[in-house]
Amino acid sequence: MKIIVCIKRVVDTETRVKIGADGASIDLGGVQYITAPYDEMAVEKAIQLRDEAGEGNVTVVTVGPAAATKELRTALAMGADEAVHATTENRLGPQATALALKAAIDGRDYDLILCGKQATDEDDAAVGPMLAAALELPCVAFVHGLTVEGGKAIVEREIDGETEILEVDLPAVLTAQKGLAEPRYPGLKGIMAAKKKPLATAEAAGGDDPTVLESLALPPARGAMVTIEPTADGMRSLLESLRNDKKVL
Amino acid sequence: MSDVLLFLETAHGEAGATLKKPAAEVATAGRALADALGGRLVALITGDVPADGILGLHGVDHVLTVSGDGYGRHMLAPQAAALEAAVASVRPRAVLLAASVLGKELGAYVAGRLGWSLMSDVISVALDGDRLTATKPKYAGKALARLAAAGPAIVSLRPNAVPPAENARDATSEALVVAASDARVRLREVVAAGEKKLELTEADTIVSGGRGLGAPENWGLITDLAHALGAAHGASRAVVDAGWRPHAEQVGQTGKTVSPKLYIACGISGAIQHLAGMSSSKVIVAVNKDAEAPIFKVADYGIVGDVHDVLPLLTAAAGTFLTS
Repeated sequence: MKIIVCIKRVVDTETRVKIGADGASIDLGGVQYITAPYDEMAVEKAIQLRDEAGEGNVTVVTVGPAAATKELRTALAMGADEAVHATTENRLGPQATALALKAAIDGRDYDLILCGKQATDEDDAAVGPMLAAALELPCVAFVHGLTVEGGKAIVEREIDGETEILEVDLPAVLTAQKGLAEPRYPGLKGIMAAKKKPLATAEAAGGDDPTVLESLALPPARGAMVTIEPTADGMRSLLESLRNDKKVL
Repeated sequence: MSDVLLFLETAHGEAGATLKKPAAEVATAGRALADALGGRLVALITGDVPADGILGLHGVDHVLTVSGDGYGRHMLAPQAAALEAAVASVRPRAVLLAASVLGKELGAYVAGRLGWSLMSDVISVALDGDRLTATKPKYAGKALARLAAAGPAIVSLRPNAVPPAENARDATSEALVVAASDARVRLREVVAAGEKKLELTEADTIVSGGRGLGAPENWGLITDLAHALGAAHGASRAVVDAGWRPHAEQVGQTGKTVSPKLYIACGISGAIQHLAGMSSSKVIVAVNKDAEAPIFKVADYGIVGDVHDVLPLLTAAAGTFLTS
């Protein structure tokens, strides 16, 4: 079972966002970085599938800055076998990212490509389906269950409270929803082993994205809070205000 | 290249096909854009067409229908083939669809196939000169980006972002024939989780619970209030990680980003990643026994009190108030 997992280095989800001096990015002063949480679930699932199959390998791929080597090494420490780093210091839109990923994995042999459903910075949920389009592969996004049997993936995803169970011919691109796998913490042995695992680096394939991010701003501040007494009368006045003042009931 | 094409999702119940709730919102945004472009608003419906019709509703000028098996569920390949056929027929400047599970996947996939601009999960879309622009929450809503595209674009619209408007008009209809699509993904089974639920992201009202409930057996306090208000119910990450509630109910940066008209946070302290997922709600009510809880910083109405005492009072008041 040969699996490629696409990951992204993102700012920690606990970050308090401030807008940068260019007005089109966030201020990165003092922020912590993590592997995007859904990408980490994809890495974990790939390792589990390889181990269940008893053969194969897991290759993690990222398009991102030189510093993203740290996130690749973390994935290697979790148990991935090798890493591919397409380097760029620029923010790429989803289309440009998908094409850079395609260029980075072209010529490699794989049965399955896993991505997180979305990176927690851009929140587009687009790179997985766009990569599938570029590679002309079948795609199922937002997968919370996955097993592999006889060259097919059996996947589950939830829509409107129902679970759809789909059978997918491999190779395919699947994107991870929460519930797919609980990422492990790399142990010391894994961290030591990761230092010796292969990590190939090349400049990311260029290309402009047809969507331009012109500016970034903080959302408008919310108004002052009205305090409601925790009594039956308080509840009644709350409901009246929600209906008459806010018109949401 | 001045028409706007809509992809409208349908739901299937005992009464036959009906448009899903966000369809009217997508059509309303599409109508405004078509007017700005001086073009037509064309809607694509795949599978069964709603019996009450969408002809003329919400400003649609022309309806394309694609019939056949395989469109009833959320399978990407047949829906993508239908959308690409409609794009080839209409040659629109923009395609609008809901930022649902299918809409996000389909929008990204077809934008990738066509090399078009993608504006995913936006809260508004407009024409600025000859460029399309959109406002898009990033970092789960901690920041808002302004996106622009000079060429054609596929735009997925976040549910509850645009209030739907009625706009009846005479519309025409046409059947579109689509070649059989790629069958590399096949539906095996659909497992219903009890009653069919409204997607959390599409609900008008959400009641969410957190650690303050104390134990999973107290969850009835949340569902009772949700029932009284006709609301969907959600959960904080702490509660999901503790195994009290399923992942599908999690609201926050690593769960679902929601923007209902009314969000009631019960026993949720307001970790930054939770606030990111719900602070674009129109009105926020918070119940928490800690007056210093960060949730009160984003709340429009705050009730300082124990959820075990407050929620039964609110549920009882809602029961009498909403029937009066």
